[in-house]
Amino acid sequence: MSTWQIARLVAAKDLRVEWRSRVVTNQVLPFAALVMVMFAFALDNDQALTRVAPGLVWLAAMFSLLVLVQRAFAVETADGALDALKVAGVRSSGIFLGKALALAAQLAVLEAVLLVAAILLYRTEVPAGGVGVLLATYVAATAGLAFVGTLYGGLAAGARGRETLLPLLLLPVVAPVLIGATRATEAALGTNDAMPSEGWPWFGLLALFAAVFGAGGALAFGSLIDD
Amino acid sequence: MRLTDVVAVVGGFPVLAGATLTVERGEIVLLQGPNGAGKTSLLRLCDGLLAVERGTAEVLGHDLSVDRTSVRRHVGLLGHSNGLYADLTVADNVRFWGATVGASQDEVSAAMERMGLAARLAHVRVARLSAGQRRRTALACLVARRAGLWLLDEPHAGLDATGRDELDATLREAAASGATVLVASHELERAGSLATRTVEVAGGQVR
Repeated sequence: MSTWQIARLVAAKDLRVEWRSRVVTNQVLPFAALVMVMFAFALDNDQALTRVAPGLVWLAAMFSLLVLVQRAFAVETADGALDALKVAGVRSSGIFLGKALALAAQLAVLEAVLLVAAILLYRTEVPAGGVGVLLATYVAATAGLAFVGTLYGGLAAGARGRETLLPLLLLPVVAPVLIGATRATEAALGTNDAMPSEGWPWFGLLALFAAVFGAGGALAFGSLIDD
Repeated sequence: MRLTDVVAVVGGFPVLAGATLTVERGEIVLLQGPNGAGKTSLLRLCDGLLAVERGTAEVLGHDLSVDRTSVRRHVGLLGHSNGLYADLTVADNVRFWGATVGASQDEVSAAMERMGLAARLAHVRVARLSAGQRRRTALACLVARRAGLWLLDEPHAGLDATGRDELDATLREAAASGATVLVASHELERAGSLATRTVEVAGGQVR
């Protein structure tokens, strides 16, 4: 089977696991919403919240990413399924792309909920002129987070103490996404008088990040999950 | 399958120290020996999971000292874990593993039928199955993958009497259709009656 056929198979399987278990729906989404509410409690200032809303949305997305990645690989390691995939000679680039695709789909839903939460809780507005850069930012940042999350999730999957190791490995690497996505979202929302056009260079950074980790991950994933 | 004087090393320790074994198609070979003798290592080597340090290893026409990944697509290895997704149903699992080799829905249904899973358990989540039922599901996944070489590590563990009979029948059927079967087991009476030949593994060698 080709890499794309395997990727589609693995992505469909991961989404079916979520459909049957509803862990993201019943646990991760409420967790993300709770983080947004806690930020509101902590800052307790409408003006400050509106100003920092883009950063808070992406920070909440990062925290939720950790939970999603842990979950995505917990289902693989609980009964040795990742080893079984490896043993069965299933193309590792296909496994990587499939898991990243499923993770991206779940992240996209989560980020949409976070944005709605920011609009409701922090009184953020999305100007018509910023919709394009906002959508492009969401796509590129989601792809970047999904690729890097899958790569480091696979790396930590076989390690002892992986629950604590993953945040240590992952958070420093996704810092460029946090910065780039926050700046681009600020530009899209007109936060601090930023113009939507100021967001495109940040989108470029996010797209580059996604491309590098997508290609690198597809190449390196096999040796990362190997013995 | 032909192993000649094979040496394999894990963490600096030689887990196989000059193992020689030839198995013809259609044979069911029982590997017996104490814990740490090298039975599991032998199975892992045949699936290309261990590197051949010295000697020659040819499995299903693949020279493992040259390429030890291509053979994996044609080998079914069932070890101590089952490789199942607990949140998916039995049918989901068998369909997924079958799809990794392009198996049709008919082949998937036949695999479940053969392991006695089709009627009552097909739509039950694996998380709700007993250990024996999980083992049968894992075996159904192996059947759906159409493996040419079956490597089974303690396959009878956790199976009830019916499950054991079904497993034995499945292995005999697989061997009759040309598959090669290697079974590592401590249950000598059970596995011995199934096997066409028994070899002893000790100290990383086959005797």
